[in-house]
Amino acid sequence: MKNRSLVSINDFSKEEILHILDLAEEFEANPNQKLLEGKVVGSLFFEPSTRTRLSFETAINRLGGRVVGFSDSASSSATKGESLKDTIQMVSRYADLIVMRHPLEGSARYASEQSLVPVINAGDGANQHPTQTMLDLYSIRKTQGKLDDLNIFLVGDLKYGRTVHSLLMALSNFNPTFHFVSPEELRMPREYKLFLEEHGIPYYEHGELSEIIDEADIIYMTRVQKERFSDPMEYERVKNAYVLKRNMLVKTKENMRVLHPLPRVNEIHTDVDASPKAYYFDQARNGVYARMALIAAVMGLK
Amino acid sequence: MASSKELKVSAIENGTVIDHIPSENLFKVITILGLDKISTQVTFGANLDSKKQGRKAIIKVSEVFFQDHEINKISLVAPHARLNVIKNFEVVEKSDVTIPDTIVGIVKCFNPKCVTNNEAVTTHFKVINKKDVALRCHYCEKITTQEELRFEAS
Repeated sequence: MKNRSLVSINDFSKEEILHILDLAEEFEANPNQKLLEGKVVGSLFFEPSTRTRLSFETAINRLGGRVVGFSDSASSSATKGESLKDTIQMVSRYADLIVMRHPLEGSARYASEQSLVPVINAGDGANQHPTQTMLDLYSIRKTQGKLDDLNIFLVGDLKYGRTVHSLLMALSNFNPTFHFVSPEELRMPREYKLFLEEHGIPYYEHGELSEIIDEADIIYMTRVQKERFSDPMEYERVKNAYVLKRNMLVKTKENMRVLHPLPRVNEIHTDVDASPKAYYFDQARNGVYARMALIAAVMGLK
Repeated sequence: MASSKELKVSAIENGTVIDHIPSENLFKVITILGLDKISTQVTFGANLDSKKQGRKAIIKVSEVFFQDHEINKISLVAPHARLNVIKNFEVVEKSDVTIPDTIVGIVKCFNPKCVTNNEAVTTHFKVINKKDVALRCHYCEKITTQEELRFEAS
């Protein structure tokens, strides 16, 4: 994978995904490896993202590399009207690797074509966020001991949720059964359901969280945002139907884990945090290992 | 020509006749093929009677012979177009257009948040359905369908 950019999870074969997960496991066992000693990483965040940026910077620092860059476009030359192409042309002459978050969809693919060095997509609008998908897969494998044959519940905003779409595509390599729990307005888009049907992957749609979650191996929660609703009354009507509370977990499988890409607002009640089934903070930590693995792979260091 | 049928668009000695173009897309075909920028004789007619389509358009271009990859660019706007290659007033070859596997330029991505609609980037699509026309953007990965097809101004 050396010198290859990471733009979309759809570019990864099943074998490549498993290889990255194995690498992440190595980094978890031994998180400080100075493989990036003497290397400079350009960290270009054209829109703010605290979690993703800190996670990447932690990964780079643990690998012994150094970071240059900006954390929102207000402090970049994009405000002076510089094109993305010119910014990438320039930074790829300074740095050994580029990590980029950009609000335009497809910007990461375009940057990878303009850059002299590998580009890692840290989110391009509503399109792709492959390092998030990789850490989700890592978290699922780590907690379940496998990726195959799992009952995966995706809950909340399934229409606009970039993370759930990428996760769905990646998991489709591993014979899953999906359950989609969402309000009518935020249901899983038709193109993804068609994809599942074409691949013979079963899925079920539910209007609310109920005892059906007792079958779950993984419950993946997402935020239901008010601004996604055309009718604010509808939001008020449904908002409480997608809040996970601790008493709902009583009959769920012992080994079931609750995941969330974070930030959480109110969709997971804080009383869940102390449950051994809550995994979202550990999931965030796994992001550092997954990103170390991806950086090492594209730099040809592992 | 034994037939008494009047030729509405005059014949050419050497060149290419593009027939069975939907009338409403005549000028798109002209733009896509760059016929507005060439120096040889171009004649065209629109709203001509057609047994196949009701109304059709036709273009006759003198001294120009198209490569397949050039002519296939019009397949999205004129999927049933037929080419007649003319040498010395005779049709020497006929061919149909086919939709290629990838389309570079010509079409705009339907997604307003796509990088191609916001920066100076040439569009690039993979054709995922040739029958109903569905194009997947190489950049934003969103699908543009037949009803959503818009063409780049050139």
